Amino acid sequence: MTMAEPLLAVRGLRTVFPTRRGLLAACDGVDLQLAAGEALGVVGESGSGKSVTFLSVLGLIRPPGRIDAGEILFEGRNLIRLPAAALRTLRGRAMALAMQDSLSALNPALTIGTQIVETILAHGLARSRAAARDRAVELLHCVGIPSPDRRLNDYPHQFSGGMRQRAMIAIALAAEPKLLVADEPTTALDVTIRAQVLDLIDRLRRERGLAVALITHDLGVVAERCDRVMVMYAGQVVEEGPTAEVIARPRHPYTRGLLASLPSLEDPDRPIDAIPGQVPDLTHVDAGCRFRNRCPLAVELCMQPVELRALGANRLSRCIRAEAVA
Amino acid sequence: MLLGVSAIVFLMITLTPGDPVEIMLADQRATPEQVAALRRDLGLDRPLVERFLVFLGNALRGDFGISFFHRRPVWDVIAERLPATIELTLFSLLVAVLVAIPLGVIAAVKRDTWLDRALSAASLFGVSLPGFWFGILLILLFAVELRLLPVGGRIGFGFDVLRITGFLLVDTLLAGDIAALRNVLTHLMLPAITLGLPTAALLARVIRSSMAEVLASDYVLFAEAKGLPRRRVLLLHALKNALIPTVTVTAIETGQLLGGNMIVETVFGWPGLGRLVVESIFARNYPLVQAAVLLYAVTYVMLNFAADLLYTALNPKVRL
Ligand SMILES: Nc1ncnc2c1ncn2[C@@H]1O[C@H](COP(=O)(O)OP(=O)(O)OP(=O)(O)O)[C@@H](O)[C@H]1O
Ligand code: SF4
Ligand SMILES: [Mg+2]
Repeated sequence: MTMAEPLLAVRGLRTVFPTRRGLLAACDGVDLQLAAGEALGVVGESGSGKSVTFLSVLGLIRPPGRIDAGEILFEGRNLIRLPAAALRTLRGRAMALAMQDSLSALNPALTIGTQIVETILAHGLARSRAAARDRAVELLHCVGIPSPDRRLNDYPHQFSGGMRQRAMIAIALAAEPKLLVADEPTTALDVTIRAQVLDLIDRLRRERGLAVALITHDLGVVAERCDRVMVMYAGQVVEEGPTAEVIARPRHPYTRGLLASLPSLEDPDRPIDAIPGQVPDLTHVDAGCRFRNRCPLAVELCMQPVELRALGANRLSRCIRAEAVA
Repeated sequence: MLLGVSAIVFLMITLTPGDPVEIMLADQRATPEQVAALRRDLGLDRPLVERFLVFLGNALRGDFGISFFHRRPVWDVIAERLPATIELTLFSLLVAVLVAIPLGVIAAVKRDTWLDRALSAASLFGVSLPGFWFGILLILLFAVELRLLPVGGRIGFGFDVLRITGFLLVDTLLAGDIAALRNVLTHLMLPAITLGLPTAALLARVIRSSMAEVLASDYVLFAEAKGLPRRRVLLLHALKNALIPTVTVTAIETGQLLGGNMIVETVFGWPGLGRLVVESIFARNYPLVQAAVLLYAVTYVMLNFAADLLYTALNPKVRL
């Protein structure tokens, strides 16, 4: 699968927002690839550009924000060049979004049924409203909602948190997209429900070959569920590779810091090392390594531009001293 | 609350200078005896407190007394004028809503562009427009200069429509008289615009701000992510939620429209309750003014109640 043409390939993506303090590049030169059936974990501190990167892929950056540079190839087609109407037909049908808080993501004034049926109808996947409704029942059943026929008439707030989260995923997947962007889909949930939702996503991935970009703060979730992980810092990808390898042997000081800041399973008493220092101001960044003000390994040369470079067959790191990271 | 309103109105109107009897008899040379007799007839020789208690007692039984001026029960006089006012108010409200929704939605969608700023300036102007001045301006332009629309009244001479409901739009329809219906509409146009435009301006501002808030919400983003047509996202997902806070404002504004009626009805010679109240104030026709104000107050309370009901109907979260 990894050798095949990727479903999604992003190159040099730069998305900017004009702010009072100047132009803010929320993601700046992001490269990534995602194959069908693959799960990519996306981690990084708050504000590192995870959401903006994938909202850009979905074409959902709101003005005055805009994509400034780069290309987004979906099945070989550059989405950036696509007219708005063509992009809209891809949204929902080819790629979908699941959000963190289903209570705010679902429309409070429309029933769950309406919100599924409209998606099915918008993409012409049912001949009639009744047929769309049947499909909706099937979808809710598939994500494990009991008596789905009756629940279609409920409003989102009438669902329990876990059920609503699964219903949201069912709605997002109603038009059978090939890519699911799951932006912190389990952050608001408790442990058992979290597992249910992640199991659901796993199952859909295996059964349908759904590609998943799983944005999360939880490295534990990534370790369990994702084949590969991509670490973002200050709008850039700083490290990427197979999850197990990256966790066992990080090749970027930031990744190492993230791992060190996790409570350890083997040794719960080990003190948590938060990374000291602050993320640079994204409206005023220079060409050098963005992590250098916090990096224990920083040297003079880190003031120079640092590229994301390959380390061996399947690892990438944006650090000139990647080999020295332990 | 209604009791308070009654008391205040009662005091205000009885304490303003001017004597109804003198006004009524102004053009006839009446002897002091005749004046005294009329005063006794109308109960005006009684002390203030007694008059108020009598008024209250009667009002509670639904009896508002006799209009000094018309020499008929106040309620009959009001009931006769009410349909004209209700028709004008509802039509103005319709005009206001039809103007406000598209403008508010456009301003929110085009937020921070020149179009939004132009609309926002226009609505500020609209909100602060003095009704009588604007009404006279419209009359001068459309009725006097262009001769497109009638100057005043509800229906042209020469139309004879059987008054069943008193609502001329309904009555002309019931009679199947399309020419008369059209005539009634042309009469409604200018007063409805005069009355409705400030309301439209206010509603547009409310809709713009609630729409802007809704457009930034997660559920609108999620709806877009599903690939729905833009029209559906804006007019169903966003507008349905944005209208919820607007409903309350609309109900309160309807109350304002009732008040605004007095000026507009006078300017346009509209034979409704507003003009009747204005005339009655000048004539010191106490019973009628009291009854009318009480009616306004009751309507206001009911409108607020209706707003609550509508709010519940539109918002499934409170419907539990
Ligand atoms: N609409 C916007 N206008 C201005 N700045 C924005 C906008 N959206 C995002 N940003 C900025 O872009 C940067 C990246 O934001 P993004 O939401 O992608 O972070 P994130 O990695 O998803 O963080 P989190 O983990 O908190 O979700 C942040 O600095 C944020 O302030
Ligand atoms: S490039 Fe230099 S500053 Fe940046 S992470 Fe590597 S060592 Fe640290
Ligand atoms: Mg985010």
